[in-house]
Amino acid sequence: MAGSTHALATDRVPAAAVVPRKHVSRGREAWRRFRRHRLAGASAIVLLSIVVAVVFGPLLWQVPINDIDFKATLAGPSWAHPLGTDDLGQDLLARVLYGGHISLAVGLAAMMFSIFVGTLIGAIAGVSRGSIDAALMWLTDLFLSLPQLPLLLLIIYLFRDALSKLAGPEFGVFMLIVVVIGAFRWMSVARLVRAQFFSLREKEFVEAARALGASTTRQVIHHILPNSLGPVIVAGTIDVANAIIAESTLSFLGLGFPPDIPTWGRILYDAKDYVDVAPHWALFPGGAIFLTVLTINFIGDGLRDALDPRKVM
Amino acid sequence: MSRYIIRRLLIAVPSLFGISIVLFTVLALAPGDPFGELATNPNVPPAVQAALRAKFGLDDPVYVRYLHWFVAMMHGDWGFSFVSRVDVDTLIWQRLPTTLLVIGSSQVLALLIALPVGVIAATRPYSIFDQVANTFAFIGFSLPTFFTGILFILLFSIKLDWLPFVYKADIAGTGWHWFWECVKQAIMPVAVLGLFQGASWTRYVRSAVLDVIRLEYVTTARAKGLTETTVVVKHVVRNALIPVVTLVALQMPAVFGGAIITEQIFRIPGIGALLISSILANDTPVIMAVTFVFAALVILFNLMADVLYGWLDPRISYR
Repeated sequence: MAGSTHALATDRVPAAAVVPRKHVSRGREAWRRFRRHRLAGASAIVLLSIVVAVVFGPLLWQVPINDIDFKATLAGPSWAHPLGTDDLGQDLLARVLYGGHISLAVGLAAMMFSIFVGTLIGAIAGVSRGSIDAALMWLTDLFLSLPQLPLLLLIIYLFRDALSKLAGPEFGVFMLIVVVIGAFRWMSVARLVRAQFFSLREKEFVEAARALGASTTRQVIHHILPNSLGPVIVAGTIDVANAIIAESTLSFLGLGFPPDIPTWGRILYDAKDYVDVAPHWALFPGGAIFLTVLTINFIGDGLRDALDPRKVM
Repeated sequence: MSRYIIRRLLIAVPSLFGISIVLFTVLALAPGDPFGELATNPNVPPAVQAALRAKFGLDDPVYVRYLHWFVAMMHGDWGFSFVSRVDVDTLIWQRLPTTLLVIGSSQVLALLIALPVGVIAATRPYSIFDQVANTFAFIGFSLPTFFTGILFILLFSIKLDWLPFVYKADIAGTGWHWFWECVKQAIMPVAVLGLFQGASWTRYVRSAVLDVIRLEYVTTARAKGLTETTVVVKHVVRNALIPVVTLVALQMPAVFGGAIITEQIFRIPGIGALLISSILANDTPVIMAVTFVFAALVILFNLMADVLYGWLDPRISYR
């Protein structure tokens, strides 16, 4: 009930005022602003087609990813193999599509993990203040000054074998990579959420809820948290891009998924010693990473314009 | 100012402590005995194994092991590489200068791009220049360094054959020829790292300058009749740099991450490449030491950023 006061207030004002323009809700207003960002709109279409290709492509292109064909090794693009083949004659289109699954899944899962941890820590710090807040912010600053890539490599080196045995090579490594990448990316979200909490908890509508006797939990869940999500969504979008780069980096260094699972970074890793004879092998997966990351970054920029109207950049 | 620097130093020490605890916790949680390569080797007789375990203290409680390890690290006794059979610190000291040289020059390049482009873009917001710069900045930090590296090798080494794609530490020759060879092999790695950082810093500089340029003291400076260049260079940029320094310091871990990748692509004999090769060879003492060195470097650069911050904004150091 009380949670919807904010939305209700904006609902009523345009109806009462004599404004010829049709009433726009907050979501629609954001959508309108998002569409004004032309590059973000175009990026959304490109990203959507990448996702559709990765999800439904393997249903149409039913070439196995590990079909070895020594008659067609390192072949350039042709009708039989639209993206060419690698040094074992394996079809690159099938491998890039399959790799896209993993790269996108890792990106999304790591983003959700980091958003969850970041929101939790930021919310606790923002509500409690005092020594708990100081301790959590010290932890955040500590994590921000950790050398992330060396630590990622160290953790994966130490735990990969144990987890592979525990949960299977693919799923074990997937979980490990998601958790580790997420564990190094929550800090900016925590800072954002904390700052939002600090400003929102002094706002009149939260004060009103407090005066009506709402408990702290209720204030947080119904009033403060929903209103602090705008910047978090933007940060989350950009986090997906960063997580995809992080996963590709690990695979590119030969320390991500096992060799028989072709993620985009892994294909690049295999291709890098053949760039002189088979440039297509490196260009297609690399281009896929670049295009995905670029479109996600543009969408994040568009969302920032849409969700944060005060910030005119 | 000196009191401020001392205070910053005192803050840096606990972070180094914290990082060493994180590092050691990771190691202690890991399955098996990563440090006990000899002690778990089946070819070593059990009696010797037990003696080795006692000597390395592998059966002590965790905090005792941590204290031993930390004291040894502080003394400069970083252990002995399992693979190359050399002291870890000699190995690292051999390679650190190369890494610092590549990182340092790439950061200079990044600043040389980001400062002018960001400032010009912010002084003419939404102009054609601004839009083109913005698009290029997006492309720049969306291109992962490993892919840019491959593209550069493909273009400049293979197609055009201008630059070598393997970095050699020991180039024969003297004088200008030697110097030119050194510069030539450093161009691609430095450009890959510098362009990536420059792209994201351009956006920081632009938004920082935009925040400052609307302030009243800038209008005052213009009203005094100063030329636009003086207003921008002397009044706007100096204040706009304050938030940029913070953001640049926050990017330091990413810069070192990028250095690891570039060293791997161009086979630069730096500590990043050392880290990767020792991970692939299960050489735990080297891995731990290199990670610790990276952590120390990040903290060192943060400290330098803090000092710079105090110099740019005297209000901070007087607090």
